[in-house]
Amino acid sequence: MAERAAMGRLRRFADSDLAYSFLHSPIAIVSAVVALAIIFGAVFAPLVAPYNPFDLATVSLLDASNPPAWIEGGDQAHLLGTDGQGRDVLSAILFGSRVSLLVGALSVVFAMVLGIGAGLLAGWRGGLIDAFIMRSADVQLSFPAILVALLVDGIARSLLPHELQDRIAVWVLVVAIGLSGWVQFARTVRGSTLVERNKEYIQAARIIGVHPARIVLTHLLPNVMTPVLVIATIYLANAIITEATLSFLGVGVPPTEPSLGTLIRVGNNFLFSGEWWITLFPSITLGLLILSVNLLGDWVRDALNPRLR
Amino acid sequence: MIAFIAQRLVQSILVMLVVALVAFSLFRFVGDPISAMVGQDTPQSEREALRHSLGLDAPVPVQFAHFVERAVQGQFGLSYQLARPVSDVILEKMPATLELSLAAAVLSLAIGVPMGVYTGLRRDSWLSRLFLAVSLVGVSLPTFLIGILMILVFSVWLGWLPSFGRGSVVQLGWWSTGFLTLEGWRALIMPATTLALYQLTLIMRLVRAEMLEVLRTDYIKFARARGLSSRAVNFGHALKNTLVPVITITGLQLGQLIAFSLITETVFQWPGMGLMFIQAVTFADIPVMAAYLVLVGLFFVVINLVVDLLYHVVDPRLRTEGTRSAHG
Repeated sequence: MAERAAMGRLRRFADSDLAYSFLHSPIAIVSAVVALAIIFGAVFAPLVAPYNPFDLATVSLLDASNPPAWIEGGDQAHLLGTDGQGRDVLSAILFGSRVSLLVGALSVVFAMVLGIGAGLLAGWRGGLIDAFIMRSADVQLSFPAILVALLVDGIARSLLPHELQDRIAVWVLVVAIGLSGWVQFARTVRGSTLVERNKEYIQAARIIGVHPARIVLTHLLPNVMTPVLVIATIYLANAIITEATLSFLGVGVPPTEPSLGTLIRVGNNFLFSGEWWITLFPSITLGLLILSVNLLGDWVRDALNPRLR
Repeated sequence: MIAFIAQRLVQSILVMLVVALVAFSLFRFVGDPISAMVGQDTPQSEREALRHSLGLDAPVPVQFAHFVERAVQGQFGLSYQLARPVSDVILEKMPATLELSLAAAVLSLAIGVPMGVYTGLRRDSWLSRLFLAVSLVGVSLPTFLIGILMILVFSVWLGWLPSFGRGSVVQLGWWSTGFLTLEGWRALIMPATTLALYQLTLIMRLVRAEMLEVLRTDYIKFARARGLSSRAVNFGHALKNTLVPVITITGLQLGQLIAFSLITETVFQWPGMGLMFIQAVTFADIPVMAAYLVLVGLFFVVINLVVDLLYHVVDPRLRTEGTRSAHG
């Protein structure tokens, strides 16, 4: 039974407009393949990566700064070469994408929860709360997100004891990036809430005495989620960029657990000694990841927005 | 109009007070300013005396009022890292950032607007498609990545351009300028291009979208029917009417330029305020962070205000409507 239901769902998806639009958009297919390849490599990094870059037993300074395998002097054992400490660049990239994607995804979830909460509260309660939340959103929106993230990050750094900083750097980043991105979610959710709250099904729920919290969470929320998901896809690319930028600036994740941004920052120091591969390959990976996620986001937005067809 | 200006001014001052409050909280609650100033073996009684003489034992609202009072006069105390007055440090770094932002703004307008007009007029030519595809990549790639790739190609591989610093600068009073020497211009090329790229693609896409919109309107059809030359129609009628949103966005983007110069300055080790701020964040140098915050806040508020007012000057239709919608 369950199998047939699953098949039916699959069939329904294959017949849907979304699948049709996907299969007829070469850009969407190519970006999906690229994004999935990077995500697969990142998630299964411990299995896929030729080496574990954090295992000091396998890292040898003798292998330091080897060029990629196809260049003269390159070592066949290290396809994309090694960095200044003898770590395999390909493995470092796989593990680095893991951190980048993790921070990106968690920041989106955090911004989403925060934004949905604020938006629902503002739209449902109205009045002074609404004015306060939306004015704060306006003020924050007049500053670029990267500045807000930097500021939150800077404050957290001055507040936290030094020895803790490296260990919870990932969480500090998630909070900083999430706080810089909640506004868009809140605005959208507030807008849809204002429309939905006067509809009949909400009034009906009110009349039969459903608890307001229950109305908001189980009746209202599902009906304001579609635009939120579109924003989330587009915001994912932004969150990855912000993380990479903060890490590149030296206020993100520490070099002991590098993200793609940290790898680029570290590799940048080797640029002038001619070891371009240490920074170029993480840069290409980051560029491809962001570009493909961005293009997918654009496609999702167009595919879910009937007005644009 | 006067009511509108007054309302916007009050709003701006409120925003500045919020920014000042954040900066003040940095000072007051992040670490103890007294222990940041004195040595470790200073006795408790001396610390209390210093605390009293600095007014740090006064009620918090009074302290905040003092903070605002001193901030208005441009006093933010000593930098923890450099042990110099913050206002001196900022004055010294400001010309570098402003020159970089100015160069980037000019560059993005001078290239972005013509590209936008071209892609709007010849939307199906292969060059337009190329511009659009490249602009998509430009929007997607993070600023620092573009900077690093440029350094790799033009400094490391080709050796054409310097990869860091401002070259040689000329001192004009307190303002140091790189515009007067060849080295200064050469050092400016890559940072300015990197900083301009994102704005350039944005302006190009905006002008293109606006051109497509305007070219569909009746008065353009009518102008063509009157037999005006296509140059007069395209530039005299169409482009002119796309400029209102372009002015707004460019104005607002000027603030973005200052923020993004943080990243560009770090990549190219450009000795401006952004680099100073990044160093302050890594060293937890609170006075510098607070001062930068207030300064950038001021920049943004002034830019927003000017753009709002310009909008009303440029577009007469808003003068009656705008005052009403400003409440919403």
